[in-house]
Amino acid sequence: MNVTINGQDVQLPEHVRTISGIRKHFNIEQALTIIEQNKKIVDKNRYDSQPISDGDRIEIVHFVGGG
Amino acid sequence: MSSRYDRQIRFDGIGEKGQEKIVMKHVGIIGAGALGTHVAETLVRAGIGYLSIIDRDYVEYSNLQRQCLYTERDAEDALPKAIAAKKHLEQINQNVHVNAIVGELSGQLFSDKFSICDVIVDATDNFETRLVLNDLAIKYKIPWIFGGCLGSKGLTYSIIPDETPCLSCLMNHMPFSNDSCDLSGVIAPIVEWVATQQVVEVFKLLVEDHSALRGTLLYEDMWTNEHISMNVQTLKNPHCPSCGRHRTHPYLSESKRYRTSVLCGRDTVHIRPEENMKLDMLDMKQKLLKNELPCVDNGFLLHTCIEGHRLILFQDGRALIHNTSDMKWAMKLYKEVIGKLEHA
Repeated sequence: MNVTINGQDVQLPEHVRTISGIRKHFNIEQALTIIEQNKKIVDKNRYDSQPISDGDRIEIVHFVGGG
Repeated sequence: MSSRYDRQIRFDGIGEKGQEKIVMKHVGIIGAGALGTHVAETLVRAGIGYLSIIDRDYVEYSNLQRQCLYTERDAEDALPKAIAAKKHLEQINQNVHVNAIVGELSGQLFSDKFSICDVIVDATDNFETRLVLNDLAIKYKIPWIFGGCLGSKGLTYSIIPDETPCLSCLMNHMPFSNDSCDLSGVIAPIVEWVATQQVVEVFKLLVEDHSALRGTLLYEDMWTNEHISMNVQTLKNPHCPSCGRHRTHPYLSESKRYRTSVLCGRDTVHIRPEENMKLDMLDMKQKLLKNELPCVDNGFLLHTCIEGHRLILFQDGRALIHNTSDMKWAMKLYKEVIGKLEHA
């Protein structure tokens, strides 16, 4: 599947089908993130069930805490 | 108006009227590390009226790569960051009243020193303190500019009480792991990027041009060239315990006991006593030496060494215990030193 993540074209393996799948694929399950899919913020309680589709625009903001 | 501000007065967004407002305004900065020093320098050069800056730490060589105000001499002298920052800021612009506070943010301290600020800049390095700051800023209805950076990533959002979502609203939305400490390091350009975004929002607030505020959560990864400006207004939670209709300011219920925390990435434990003390540095030095503990002081803090650990004791009774992340062990060493002082 081809999606855009943070403005960059990414080809995802076949088994990555949900927002949780993306978090697992990029190994950011432990990271503090806000994720937007096609301009809509995805509720964290729906990460497991929220499907992704070919052509989706995904934005992942990492809440970095240093200063 | 003095010609030193000529270039920013010529800028339409500020003008003579804006500058007149800027010189009357009071900005608070929580933290005098990488973000805090950059933000402070730009605001002081811009001629704000008053600056209150608080920090709990002292200058070390590892800070100099990205913390712009400090020099090798400050690190050699192990000056508290707030004191060193004030010294350099006053050399840059003596017209600004700089109030330096060596300590850790608390409800009482905020009420005394920051509740009259027009805007507060977050330059802390941990979410625990940010959530306390969030509750305080909302309680006193002061806009505050969240900022964070790590590696080549940076993030900022301007929180306007009763208008925008607050940090609790945003954090509530995230899967939260307690161990948010990351040891990835950081490069100076992303620090400067975040600080710049924070300062420009401060300018807009100081000249009261709220319509110019960005309104979005801004994220940047300078190494991978990712740039996101996200509208997060929908995350404002009417049931938020920090800013909702029935707010309880959950992060302000301070424990009456000692507070210990491990400083992220530093292998250092910070201890704050239940109440601020006012220790007599000279007296303490003499007592430590009498107990055959090595002691170096600089008028603001004492360095000693106990069981192979460097222990830094501040005037307000706080301590940093280096080379350990074990809070119980650090507390044992702290009590041992305090005990020796009390019974000397």
